[in-house]
Amino acid sequence: MTRRGYIIGAISLLVAFVVFVIPFLFVAINAMKTAQDASSLDFSLPERWVFWENLVTTVQTRDYALLLAYWNSIVITVCAIALLVVFGAMVGFVIQRRPSRTSRVVYAFILAGLMIPPAVVPTIWVLQGINLFKTLNGMILIQVAYGLGFTVLLYRAFISTIPRELDEAAIIDGAKPWQIFFRVVLPLLKPVTLTIIVVQSITIFNDFTHPLYYLPGRENITVQLTLYNFQSQFVSQMNLLFMNILLITIPPLLVFIFFNRQIVAGMTSGAVKG
Amino acid sequence: MSRLTTTTAIALTLSAGGALAQELTFLTDSSADSVAVTEALTAAYTEMNPDVTFSIETRPGGGEGDNIVKTRLATGEMTDLFIYNSGSLLQALRPDRTLLPIDDIESFDLLNEAYVSTVQGPEGNTYGVPYETAQGGGIYYHKPTYEELGLEIPRTWDEFMANNATIAEETDIAPIAQSYRDTWTSQLFVLADFYNVLQEEPDFPEEYTNNEAKYADTPAARRGFEKLQEAYEAGYFNEDFGAATYDDGVAMVATGEAAHYPMLTFAVGLFQQNHPDLMEDVGFFAQPGDDAEANGLTVWMPTSLYAPASTEHPETVKDFMSFVASPAGCEVVNETIGATGPYLVEGCELPEEVPGMVADMLPYFEEEGRTAPALEFLSPIKGPALEQLTVEVGSGIRDAQSGAELYDQDVAKQARQLGLENW
Amino acid sequence: MRRKSPYPYWFFLPAGAIFLVLFILPTVASFYFSLTYWDPFEARFAGWDNYVQFFSEPFLVRGLTNTLVFAFLTSGLKTVLGLLLAVLLTSGIFAQGFLRSVVFFPVLVSTIGVGLLFQELMHPTEGAINLALAAVGIDGPGWLTNPSLALISVALVDVWRGVGLATLIYIAGLATIGQEYYEAARIDGATRLQQFWRVTVPLVRPATTTVIILSLIGGLRLFDLIWAMTRGGPGFSSDVLASVIYKQYQAGFWGLSTAGNVILFLMIAFIVAPLAWWLNRRELEA
Repeated sequence: MTRRGYIIGAISLLVAFVVFVIPFLFVAINAMKTAQDASSLDFSLPERWVFWENLVTTVQTRDYALLLAYWNSIVITVCAIALLVVFGAMVGFVIQRRPSRTSRVVYAFILAGLMIPPAVVPTIWVLQGINLFKTLNGMILIQVAYGLGFTVLLYRAFISTIPRELDEAAIIDGAKPWQIFFRVVLPLLKPVTLTIIVVQSITIFNDFTHPLYYLPGRENITVQLTLYNFQSQFVSQMNLLFMNILLITIPPLLVFIFFNRQIVAGMTSGAVKG
Repeated sequence: MSRLTTTTAIALTLSAGGALAQELTFLTDSSADSVAVTEALTAAYTEMNPDVTFSIETRPGGGEGDNIVKTRLATGEMTDLFIYNSGSLLQALRPDRTLLPIDDIESFDLLNEAYVSTVQGPEGNTYGVPYETAQGGGIYYHKPTYEELGLEIPRTWDEFMANNATIAEETDIAPIAQSYRDTWTSQLFVLADFYNVLQEEPDFPEEYTNNEAKYADTPAARRGFEKLQEAYEAGYFNEDFGAATYDDGVAMVATGEAAHYPMLTFAVGLFQQNHPDLMEDVGFFAQPGDDAEANGLTVWMPTSLYAPASTEHPETVKDFMSFVASPAGCEVVNETIGATGPYLVEGCELPEEVPGMVADMLPYFEEEGRTAPALEFLSPIKGPALEQLTVEVGSGIRDAQSGAELYDQDVAKQARQLGLENW
Repeated sequence: MRRKSPYPYWFFLPAGAIFLVLFILPTVASFYFSLTYWDPFEARFAGWDNYVQFFSEPFLVRGLTNTLVFAFLTSGLKTVLGLLLAVLLTSGIFAQGFLRSVVFFPVLVSTIGVGLLFQELMHPTEGAINLALAAVGIDGPGWLTNPSLALISVALVDVWRGVGLATLIYIAGLATIGQEYYEAARIDGATRLQQFWRVTVPLVRPATTTVIILSLIGGLRLFDLIWAMTRGGPGFSSDVLASVIYKQYQAGFWGLSTAGNVILFLMIAFIVAPLAWWLNRRELEA
């Protein structure tokens, strides 16, 4: 590395620190202050470190709403991803393996879903009609519908790298279509599946807009809505608001640390081909 | 067939007689006061009627809450009891189609007449009983500042502005607190001016409902927007008025960082919660008009308690509503959260000791003709964008005339949505 | 008789059913409902009234123009900054891997959290940004309270939050450019700047197309950040279509809200589709 590289690197590091790291430090420091101390919203170190007290208070707010929110968000994320993976892979598989007019039309519709904004109020009307409005089940299916475009896109691209000979061998052995798919193809999709799981779990976990519309109600709270709902309550308690931000950022942070590579793969492959 | 009817009749008689245990569901808004009052009233009722128990749900306030209430009513999933606004917002619930008429409850005759008209549908049935006290909209002021500067309670808008000028000249504090991060707080100068509008234009509500009178071309009605513009142009607002919250506004007038804060009297609860030691530093007066002789207070009718037409326990529900609208019910409210204004039920009395700011409000109610309901209780239409428009006028983005014109358009939208005639 | 395909169409069924009922059906229904006065109790036919309303009410029109300003501004900035950052972060500088992570991390954080955080940082009198500016003698503006600045401020935060994704896509794009192009340029005596303009920019075009299209769609649809930071305020000065749609829904004007949805749909279709076509064509020509 050249000397010049070090200097530019050092300057970039400094700028990146100010622009990208300081805001997060600001959150972390203020989350550990007392309400009084945090009200001035500056960068001074806490007069008294009250990390644990703030954490407990935040979790206890509104009858442990945060825990309920965590539970709801996890249920929605896990179930939606399970359905997305299986159903999405099935679609990507047939679209890729059977190039026909039907497949092209289906693919076009699904890609349009990547672009078109959902019609929210009519969707509420539909959800009410099938008794899924304000239910976790409804929210799960909504996330499946909205995540399908991205999932099918990735699966289709990946399946094209799996040799057809494998399916044909299974066909000759007399395997049924669902056996070919579940026994032969699906296990080979592991790398791209991991990518989809990681990227979609962050997207769904961080979703604010759709639960706001489709999942009203205190018992249906999700993590992103805790922040929104606590805003009024925490107005003079910035420390707790920041603690809340910190607590709901932990899952994506962990995913980021452990699955950095999959995120990069997913975001870029999905995007570059999109 | 006839046997079936008999069985149903017997079942009905039994349930009305209270021989069957019943659980009533109840939807309240999530503010601390509403939850506390709901819990206290239902507990008191269960004590008298051990067969009847309640299950309480909460919903958010504002537009989000409105949607929940409307949706549940439209789909027949409404709880047996719920609380909601009186006046124009009630009309959007299509009360004649969705709510249970309660004209025959025992304490119906105790209800204030002016109030009853705000909980009736177009067909003339009554649907609600008052859940809390009436509210006044006016101006909170910091008493020590007034004493220090030798100011007097203004009876005209000019006197009010003169007071502001003195405060601006002689102190560093902001003459008027505004808090536009919570946009709804920006509407007060316009809404609380309605007593003054009515003094000059008594027919305004009716003509306005019939699409004959407009804010923009009725000088008296436009005054509210103009007052906001004047206050902004004089530079009387706190420096961070665009970013301050409702809590900040209350804090500013309690601690004397600001001399005035226009607000509804339900803020008493917040003063009590956040600044219990400073309660007596804050007083209250009505928003003054242009005529010292006609000085009075714009009044907000209480939030009301309603039941959906779909309830399976109409008799029990009505009995509970009758209890809420009785002196015994008011007593429970008094004990729970104190009083923030007068009750609209005959025989209900305020506690002996009320905070100074509440005491300041009571004389208006005691004298004939010194109160008038806000427009939303005299007309079924209220535009939803008023709060953004008043933020614009109060921030100097738009002048009063243009704000009033746009509000008239916003109102037209609401009238068409409701399918009113003449629009 | 035709042999049954080993790739049966019924594989489309589970996903297709969900997609059809929860996405296609509401989209089709929205065209009808946008022509009605609609609330939870009824839908009365209204003709074109909602659309007329949308294009005649000043603050709804404002939402429309703001959406365009916001989308093009953020998309442009993300494209330019993303490319510059990507070039910097592939040039073999010190702490390169760490810097990539730092730039990318905001992409993963809760948007509402980011919005609330910057709402505090941008407070006109007590916010850290203006306090820092005051320390060096600059009188900072009301980032979110000044009506001519609020939309720009939110756009800047959106760029802060989203530039990491653009950078990532560009890094992937840069990796596909063979070193031989740069060597050939160097032999021809091209300066670093010339290499950037003559080699990097043309060859990274597929990534540019992706970044522009993705950030444009995201910008046109953006709701959560605006809602967390300004709720469209002060007044209507930072309202965008998505926030207008939500406000009209909240106010009980479901028909009007749905008309906004249809307009947004058409706007995305009429801006993004031709743009994508044009960018792709240029890609082929290049």
